Amino acid sequence: MNDVHFDDTLDTKGLNCPMPVVKARKKVGELDNGQVLRILSTDRGSIKDFQGWAKIAKNVELLAQETETENGDEIYVHFVQKTS
Amino acid sequence: MSVSDVTSGDKTVTLEMLQEQLLTLEQRVEQVEESLPEDKIALIVFSGELDKVLAAFVIANGAAALGQEVSMFFTFWGLNVLKKKGSLAGKSVFQKMMSVMSPDTTTELPVSKMNYFGVGAKMLRKMMQDKNVDSLEDMIAMSREMGVTMLACEMSRDVMGINDDELVEGLERAGVAAFLAESLRSRTNLFI
Repeated sequence: MNDVHFDDTLDTKGLNCPMPVVKARKKVGELDNGQVLRILSTDRGSIKDFQGWAKIAKNVELLAQETETENGDEIYVHFVQKTS
Repeated sequence: MSVSDVTSGDKTVTLEMLQEQLLTLEQRVEQVEESLPEDKIALIVFSGELDKVLAAFVIANGAAALGQEVSMFFTFWGLNVLKKKGSLAGKSVFQKMMSVMSPDTTTELPVSKMNYFGVGAKMLRKMMQDKNVDSLEDMIAMSREMGVTMLACEMSRDVMGINDDELVEGLERAGVAAFLAESLRSRTNLFI
């Protein structure tokens, strides 16, 4: 497990594209600059999606991504920082 | 007033002001450069019909030959283009129905017009062969050789219940944000 510091967690488990990114975008809007959001997802496509979001959006940075296993299901964890 | 300052009309421009302006300009140029499209092309392959998919791969191979970075995003019927076999394992009733009615490999793809239960597709393949046009399968192999990136839409794969072992290897699993990251930096975007 990564030891990235985070300020809030968003659970998008069970949700499919594009909802993890859309919900994360909404949640990031509520954060202060510099704060980090941890997003949990079961969507395999979310790995590339969060990379794509961070590449295009000017106000977020993707700090880390990891995969955890929960009851046999893979959970994809993304750490996104609001930069401006 | 120092030596390096310039007076034009009644305005004095100091070196400091110029340096500041230069810095602002440099930052703006950097922003503009970042937002310029790259030598890229992004294709959405939504259709699963031989003629349309052929068009997509002719363009993909052509663009790769011209030195463009090509990414193809396969979604809905387009996923049938990536299938190497059919399987009913672990599928719901509707997914099974869809699976049975869908092509198991590219060789079973129909044509969008005059298909006549597959006769049209066979005819088109024969006509292409007669004119020395590569088959769809050759074109797909060529595009992989040319380094074309193939992204499979995870959401539509999940909805249609297409299993991983039904799809060819070497695909990237992605969603709309991953595709947009490619397409927003591309000069050309096509929805086929």
